[in-house]
Amino acid sequence: MKLTFNAADERFREDIASWLQAHLVGEFEHLKFRGGPGDEHMFPEERKRWEQELAAGGWVGIGWPEACGGRGASIEQQVIFAEEYARAGAPGRIGHIGEGLAGPTIIAFGTPEQKAKYLPGILNGTEFWCQGYSEPSAGSDLANVRTRAVRDPDSGRWRITGQKIWTSLAHESQWCFVLARTEPGSVAHRGLGFFLVRMAQPEITVRPIEQLTGTSEFNEVFFDDALAEDLVGEPGDGWRIAMTLLGFERGVSTLGQQMQFQNELDEIIRIARSNGAASDPAIRQRIAEAHTGLRLMRYNALRMLSGDERSGPDSSALVYKLHWASWHRNLGALAMDVLGPEAELLDGAPYELTRLQSLFLFTRSDTIYGGTNQIQRNIIAERGLGMPKEAKGR
Amino acid sequence: MEFRLTDEQYMVRDTAQAFLADASSSGQVRRAMTAARSYDPAVWQRLCTELYVQAVTIPEAYGGLGLGYVDLAIVLEQMGRKLFCSPFMATVGMATNALLLVASDEQKQRWLPAIAEGTQTATLAWTGPQAARAGGSWGAEAVSATWTATAEGYQLDGDLRYVIDGDTADLLIVAARTPGSSGSEGIGLFVVPASSAGVERQWTPTLDQSRRLANLTLRGVSVAADQCLGVAGEGWPQLQKILALAKVSLAAEQLGVASEALDMAVNYTLEREQFGRAIASYQAVKHKAADMKLKAEVACSAVYYAACVASEVLAPDGDVNIAAELDEAAAMAKGYCSDTVFFNAGSALQLFGGVGFTAEYDIQLYFKRAKASELYLGNGAAQREQIAAMLLDGESAQ
Repeated sequence: MKLTFNAADERFREDIASWLQAHLVGEFEHLKFRGGPGDEHMFPEERKRWEQELAAGGWVGIGWPEACGGRGASIEQQVIFAEEYARAGAPGRIGHIGEGLAGPTIIAFGTPEQKAKYLPGILNGTEFWCQGYSEPSAGSDLANVRTRAVRDPDSGRWRITGQKIWTSLAHESQWCFVLARTEPGSVAHRGLGFFLVRMAQPEITVRPIEQLTGTSEFNEVFFDDALAEDLVGEPGDGWRIAMTLLGFERGVSTLGQQMQFQNELDEIIRIARSNGAASDPAIRQRIAEAHTGLRLMRYNALRMLSGDERSGPDSSALVYKLHWASWHRNLGALAMDVLGPEAELLDGAPYELTRLQSLFLFTRSDTIYGGTNQIQRNIIAERGLGMPKEAKGR
Repeated sequence: MEFRLTDEQYMVRDTAQAFLADASSSGQVRRAMTAARSYDPAVWQRLCTELYVQAVTIPEAYGGLGLGYVDLAIVLEQMGRKLFCSPFMATVGMATNALLLVASDEQKQRWLPAIAEGTQTATLAWTGPQAARAGGSWGAEAVSATWTATAEGYQLDGDLRYVIDGDTADLLIVAARTPGSSGSEGIGLFVVPASSAGVERQWTPTLDQSRRLANLTLRGVSVAADQCLGVAGEGWPQLQKILALAKVSLAAEQLGVASEALDMAVNYTLEREQFGRAIASYQAVKHKAADMKLKAEVACSAVYYAACVASEVLAPDGDVNIAAELDEAAAMAKGYCSDTVFFNAGSALQLFGGVGFTAEYDIQLYFKRAKASELYLGNGAAQREQIAAMLLDGESAQ
């Protein structure tokens, strides 16, 4: 059991760190520490150019197989990339849904033609993706998808009708992958298809959702007989593909996320030291707890990525979301309590939040999206501890 | 990056698990709890000859296995799972570290081989009555026995409290201070055979009967100069390291107790039926178990991170940057695991319902061990205050 990376990996760390130092300058300088969760709506055009800069450096899709245009980087190197990327304050990736979700799915399930058609645009940082999963009636119960896909008997092409919700970056993306029902009358996870849809068509309407933060990172997307460009896999494969894709989501990016958390905690500590909150015993306890939680999150992630099977399959992975989401939400509340009455004061009218106010409000979504804390606990109990599944209403 | 057990370490775990399944059943634990020494000497000797884990961290030059703290943590975790009653924690998890860290080569030659062979047990005796001040004071101020220089060496006097296995251990690692000194000043470490003239030992019955505590009284105990570890009067930095390592040991054991309490609770709720179905199928029960699982997983990361750091501290050529994290890593591990073990044992007792309150079911034993080990060397809040001081006080903090 070791805590350190090997020498080759540390050289890789120097490579990416020095590349970022050399390139995150000039027109990109002001993007530092911007565009992350809670700030995703900011500077989209500049961040798209930054994606192209990254692509030119060969830093997009580093974990993809070399045969598909990636670098075939090891898990260790992907972790190091995520850490250094966040450490440098490089901006929130506007291409992450394509690189991390759509691309790997097409690599795993797509035809050679689909790979040739979609992968280059992701790798060169010119084509961006959004995700069409959740619906008003399909939140935690994702399988309750009602959006339907109908095959035109003449052209053989699929047309999609329905509504998706919580779609981030919908208005910034050329493409959307959509889970829709291919088999009329089917229920739950049966009879679904996984479609690739071009966003620029009159049959698609994007409507931003105003959040409690006053900003809009998420959208509603309405499909009214919209044309699907491609179907991945066969009709009926949608659920299997969608679940595999969710598996791509967790993992290496988490260590980069932790660097952002560290920046936030550091800022809270700086404030506590300067305004005297650091001498309040209750605040001291909470800061120490936050520090401990974050450090241990790192070792949890390293254990997860090292493939530790000592306490059953996937144990450290199963608890990961519940741990970081709850931790982050607590951090948001701690930030406000450290600030005291200052926490009330906005940066300006009409509703300009400070970074920590935004943290406080945005972290309320962490324990809801991507599987609520309650759903996470069900998953831990059922898959991790072998406790019986809840009886279903249908 | 290999933050996982190696194949050899899985073997250590499996071997320990198999031994303890046979040597630390519920009946054996209950017999040991009321036995004269609070452990079965025959089982201890079996452990020492069959597993040889009492020598796990002792270098091969002194008859040991020469393995690291991760291996020790693996064994302690398994012992925690079975509430194994033995002098292992005091001897290997605490006292041996003092000899490994501070003793000269000659001193190591003199005492370590007997521990490695299993012919001597040892403990760490460092706290006076002040340890109880303000609900637990485990810093330098807890040292209250005194040492004075004599023509032959040193004389030790004073009361030592809360000494694990203090009345049965063969060898005492005693911390004392010069009369009139305070705080971290004047502290010395001494190796005192329990049979020395002037040593009185009194067993103190405990809430957690699976671990034994004693009061010691030292009255004019004479020790030779070569029984002093390091430099008398400058012992606090070493004692601090010894205590940090002891916290890692306790945390590893707590991880085992917390994990076993979870497993016991889950198994019980899968069997117990109410309203026509297993109570494990109710969300109220599942969500409590999920919270316990989360804590056990994070505790596991805390323990093995701290054990990796501890290994670098003990290794002669250890990585100094990693070793420098010892105080923080130990405080995080002991703090997180203390909260976890009490949460898990308490929640497990609740999930057992009425039978959890009976003497017959073992969960009560885990619950008592949980509180006892939570308090020993400082509870979660005490560890967090130590971390807060590192983060928030002084100029060098971030």
